Amino acid sequence: MTDLTSFSAAELAGLVARGESSAVEVTQAHLDRISAVDDRVHAFLHVDTEGALAAARDVDSRRAAGEPLGPLAGVPVAVKDVLTTKGVPTTAGSKILADWRPPYDSTIVRRLRAAGTVMLGKTNMDEFAMGSSTEYSAFGPTHNPWDLSRIPGGSGGGSSAALAAYETPLSIGSDTGGSIRQPGAVTGTVGVKPTYGGTSRYGLVAFSSSLDTPGPCARTVLDAALLHEAIGGHDPLDSTSIPAPVPDVAAAARLGASGDLTGVRLGVVREFAGEGAEPGVLAAFRAAVETLTKLGAEVVEVSCPHFQYALPAYYLIAPSECSSNLARFDGVRFGLRVGDDGVRSLEEVMSATREAGFGPEVKRRVMLGTYALSSGYYDAYYGQAQKVRTLISRDFTTAFEQVDALISPTTPFVAFPVGARTADPYQMYLADLFTIPSNLYGGPGISVPCGLADGLPVGLQVMAPTMADDRMYRVAAALESAVGPFTPPAL
Amino acid sequence: MTTTLPAYDEVVARYEPVIGLETHVELGTNTKMFCGCPTDFGGAPNTRVCPVCLGLPGSLPVANRAAVEATIRIGLALNCSIAQWCRFARKNYYYPDMPKNYQISQYDEPLCVDGYLDVEVNGEPVRISIERVHMEEDTGKSLHVGGATGRIHGATESLVDYNRAGIPLVEIVTKPIPGAGAMAPEVARAYVTELRDVLRSLGVSDVRMEEGSLRCDVNTSLNLPGEQWGTRTETKNVNSLRSVERAVRSEIIRQASVLTAGSRITQETRHFHEDTGDTTSGRSKETATDYRYFPEPDLVPVAPDPTWVAELKAALPELPRLHRRRLQQEWGLSDLDMQSILNAGAVELIEATIAAGTTPTAARKWWLGELSRRANETGVELADIGATPQQVAELQGLVDAGKLTDKLARTVLEHVVAGEGSPAKIMADRKLEVVSDTGALTAAVDEAIAANPAIADKVRGGKVAAAGALVGAVMKTTRGQADAKTVRELILERLGVQG
Repeated sequence: MTDLTSFSAAELAGLVARGESSAVEVTQAHLDRISAVDDRVHAFLHVDTEGALAAARDVDSRRAAGEPLGPLAGVPVAVKDVLTTKGVPTTAGSKILADWRPPYDSTIVRRLRAAGTVMLGKTNMDEFAMGSSTEYSAFGPTHNPWDLSRIPGGSGGGSSAALAAYETPLSIGSDTGGSIRQPGAVTGTVGVKPTYGGTSRYGLVAFSSSLDTPGPCARTVLDAALLHEAIGGHDPLDSTSIPAPVPDVAAAARLGASGDLTGVRLGVVREFAGEGAEPGVLAAFRAAVETLTKLGAEVVEVSCPHFQYALPAYYLIAPSECSSNLARFDGVRFGLRVGDDGVRSLEEVMSATREAGFGPEVKRRVMLGTYALSSGYYDAYYGQAQKVRTLISRDFTTAFEQVDALISPTTPFVAFPVGARTADPYQMYLADLFTIPSNLYGGPGISVPCGLADGLPVGLQVMAPTMADDRMYRVAAALESAVGPFTPPAL
Repeated sequence: MTTTLPAYDEVVARYEPVIGLETHVELGTNTKMFCGCPTDFGGAPNTRVCPVCLGLPGSLPVANRAAVEATIRIGLALNCSIAQWCRFARKNYYYPDMPKNYQISQYDEPLCVDGYLDVEVNGEPVRISIERVHMEEDTGKSLHVGGATGRIHGATESLVDYNRAGIPLVEIVTKPIPGAGAMAPEVARAYVTELRDVLRSLGVSDVRMEEGSLRCDVNTSLNLPGEQWGTRTETKNVNSLRSVERAVRSEIIRQASVLTAGSRITQETRHFHEDTGDTTSGRSKETATDYRYFPEPDLVPVAPDPTWVAELKAALPELPRLHRRRLQQEWGLSDLDMQSILNAGAVELIEATIAAGTTPTAARKWWLGELSRRANETGVELADIGATPQQVAELQGLVDAGKLTDKLARTVLEHVVAGEGSPAKIMADRKLEVVSDTGALTAAVDEAIAANPAIADKVRGGKVAAAGALVGAVMKTTRGQADAKTVRELILERLGVQG
């Protein structure tokens, strides 16, 4: 029998639904795979063996009882450790939450459970989702299954590496500046940042509230779409959640898989052409543009003049919000507490806790944000960045008057070696150069594998208007059908 | 070291005070501002909490529509403009009773702006301009254990109860109020009183200052006539209407003594002490925390539909000042009479007594007379005296029916206040009803005449005034339960004398 870990989520759901495999068998196969490879990949921070098997048994017994099962019932999923899971550790990759077991499930996890998926465990990430390589995890880096000496991207490197290592067919990430799409690109997997407000943030440990977007990760575009439909849609617990149904993304993925993009107009962002991207990445991107044209799409160049200011604006807005969001980690109510010796004052204990609990990148951003919001600097920094954000949104609106979707490389470079960019924060920040604009705008973006450069995967990004997530699925699925799949060397 | 403080009259003859008031009102919504936890007062510590009001990682606020509605109604009652679009903001500072280490409040985009509230001070109308009315969430409560003072310094342990965290608060801020002169303390009190009545009439809060559901901070500054306004202080911990007045007065005197000594006023927070009636320095505002306000990204903007606002405006209840004006007309009272009712806090009590079936004159007589006197003596609010408007109306009914004399009625009322039940029951239990059985009364009269033959002769001889002694004797034997006038008539009749 073929190894169950090689199937897509859609295939696994079919096996379970038809009774050809039990959910327990599917789950056990993936748990075994984790046992076999995760000491080298380190995609997981916590594997919930018992919880997973219990959930799988529940699916099997519901099937035996003849109850209707959802389209992903019995399919394993890994969850980025930034989403709360009731009674299961949730660290956000930080020492400050090392021992925290939340008393509640995030909306996404609640919906995953309701859909009958089987949560395998929690995946590694840069601390509080701040980083592009997973090297800023307090619990050690994740390694890229394509080349274990290289990073898997970040912040959601664990979720993407787990897919590339066949430890799970599905995973959940969160994307604030590219944390789903960039790891997707460098691991040769699919990563989706849905429309902001299209997926609930309730239970997502906040980094930058106006940008954070949880989303699906998978090895195929259809799997990502099925997962998207399972987790998306309005949530009354999130004020910024959009009160509208999820766009029909699974249908769009199936339509795209037919390989016909006739009548679809795609825009290449002129300002992204060449700038800062590696030659291999540009070559793979150009080849993908040709493929898309062959599939019937009309590809034109469009100008988004303010995209060049996206990175600086992002590095004011995100740290500002994070400086406030991370204030609650003070040792008073939950998580790490340091220096509570009966002698130190409350302020000293709070300070010692934060000093010991946060890593250097988190501290850097908290300080940046505190400065940007402070009295006398607010207008020059945070206020100005918000104006840039408006201009970038206008660039998108104008572009979408001419084209259905925008395309670009997902990230300027392929997976880099562990340690290559940690010395210079700016070099790390450049990883998100192409992904940040859609976070500032709020529209959806998908990264789909489009080719290899020096044997390492390159991703193509498709960006669509807000609540038109289905458009990008169609384009991504068409490209996938023409060029995919990309399978890493055996571990 | 003690310094002699200047007299208030001298101070206000020399300096002009400017005051301002910031009032926090806990809304009486069923649930908290941003989560579904209940808001009732009390409850074991940390039992009315959830991930949201505890600020647990990942939790998100969702604004309570009922709280937004209550805030709009307050704004409308205070003649404010209601913003068509506004946002919440985060006020960032570290304090353990604030779960997220920021408070969700409003900053430069409040829901209601530019209103006013008309109040009366000694019968004179005063218009207080309202700067803004905005929404925010309350903090938890810290309890410092082991220290001598109950304050954080010296405490061995600090405990926090988050039950109050997230309760909806509305902050109402006046514009600076100059020109009140010596009346500044009374103006402050009149404003808070009127505001309390408005909030009560809207039904948005139980407005109990002693329980903290209405909290008041008083800003005070002094300047010499013709000069710029002085540096202001903010006095907190002002927990009763009387304290509002005392706090302003004491701060005016204190600032004057500082200025007269040639020193500067420090911009600071001060705490009012109920027991001593003065204020002491809290934290200095010169090294003020930078709150790093920014728009709250977790909440969508509040954009009240103008049609909804218009509906809320149309449905506002009659506001206290208009209500009082109408009552004054209905009751046929002079301004002075109405003012004394207001000062006694008796409007609603009298209104309810009349509604229970008695005349305005009688209702006013009981509440402003006997009951006010007792309230003053025992130091309780008139409303908490122990007699209800229904009981007072019943009492007056017994007087009107001739079953009680005024004097007997006062005795019955004493027992009502003591909690012995309804006036009719007390009258029956204590056998206080007027002796109206003429046979028994005639016997008592005859007995008195027989016992005092000398006095009886004087009366017969034309000294009618001497009958008083016989009346006294009859009243004694009837234990005061006879109507003195009836007794007198009966004595004269038995003695064959014309009254």
